[in-house]
Amino acid sequence: MPDSALSVFMAGRNMARLMEGLWITVWISLASVGLSVVLGIPAGLLMSSKKKIVSGILRIYLEVIRVMPILVLLFLFYYSLSKVSGINLSAYFVSVLVFTLWGTAEMADLVRAAVTSIPVHQRESARALGLSELRANLLVIVPQAVRRLLPGVINLTTRMIKTTPFVFFINHPDLMKVGQQIVEVAGMRNHLASVWVYGFIFLVYFLICWPISLLSRWLEGRWKS
Amino acid sequence: MDLSFIIKWLPLFGAAAWLTVSLAFVGVVVSVALGFLCAGIKYYRIPVLRELVSVYVEVGRNTPLMIQLFFLYFGLPRLGILLEGRTCAIVGLSFIGGAYMAEAIRGGLSAVGKNQTESGLSLGLSRLQLLRHVIMPQAMAVALPVIGATAIFLLKETSVFSIVALPDLMYLAKDLLKEGHSAESNMMLVVAYLVIILPVSLFFAFLERRARHAGFGA
Repeated sequence: MPDSALSVFMAGRNMARLMEGLWITVWISLASVGLSVVLGIPAGLLMSSKKKIVSGILRIYLEVIRVMPILVLLFLFYYSLSKVSGINLSAYFVSVLVFTLWGTAEMADLVRAAVTSIPVHQRESARALGLSELRANLLVIVPQAVRRLLPGVINLTTRMIKTTPFVFFINHPDLMKVGQQIVEVAGMRNHLASVWVYGFIFLVYFLICWPISLLSRWLEGRWKS
Repeated sequence: MDLSFIIKWLPLFGAAAWLTVSLAFVGVVVSVALGFLCAGIKYYRIPVLRELVSVYVEVGRNTPLMIQLFFLYFGLPRLGILLEGRTCAIVGLSFIGGAYMAEAIRGGLSAVGKNQTESGLSLGLSRLQLLRHVIMPQAMAVALPVIGATAIFLLKETSVFSIVALPDLMYLAKDLLKEGHSAESNMMLVVAYLVIILPVSLFFAFLERRARHAGFGA
């Protein structure tokens, strides 16, 4: 069977290389999502603050990031930042940087929406019942905010994972790039190599993102009441 | 800033921007149509089709556009289906777009309470009148912001079209890197996307306000 899927995946180190590519994709996703959550929470709290200047600046930052396609940001940072700074930045560093800049903005907006959606009387009632400011925050505000926040954060996670193939454009050896390299070589002998390899990558992305989406929907349904 | 460089390449940027706009427009229109079709199938619980729609929506929403384009452009020809770059771009964009739009519209429809249907029917409205005058205005008020956000998302997703060999803005910007005026070409890239995306974003903000009136602020 010269055109079989097995002959593509078993040839040489093809399967191992795809797994290495997948590992890079997973790493970029984990690093960007992790950093975005860590930076997005304080940014979101600042965004919901009453200080107009602080929230205004963050608002502008969010809108600027949102209006540009991520790929354009990636391209600009990769090809301009190295030139401007004089430091040769790796594709890995630039991708995590750009995805984090974007993820932080989106995360901050989610945090802002969650915090402002909690009625003021919740805090006031907690205080009236004799809870200290800290305990009111910790026992009343935070649990409710987290419930409203979590489905959105999980959603953002899948969006960020689905954005990772963009690093292909700056030649980082992620799953897509490795797949393309394998197809270029195997495609000469195996007529269906591109179908198998791209079909495989399609399936991998689906199998990563789908359970995460289901989790988000499940949490949303569970916490609705 | 080299003005002569900008003037020299401006027509090409215009052409590339036009390519992006026209493909995105077709993609968004097909996505919305597909979204209404899928949402309708789910809303009226049409057997078999609604299971197929569920599978489609999950696949469309949980895979990146780029891998779909790779599959369409490099995979399908090996199976004897040859699609040119433009067709791949529109098919790919509509495929993911339809799935997101279906969810957006379904969300709007499910926000309209059952009592609305019952009240409408008991007042003697036909099914069609009910849909036209009662369900849709309220459902759209909820769905429009999501539809707008999805349209803008799709518009931004067009930035990957250069992988199917389409001479879009990204393609041009990458090509111009070797001309040595990266500051100018990058600036034109950013300006071109701003010119495309900002009006669309403002248009949907306007529509949203209108729809909120129709839905009585629902």
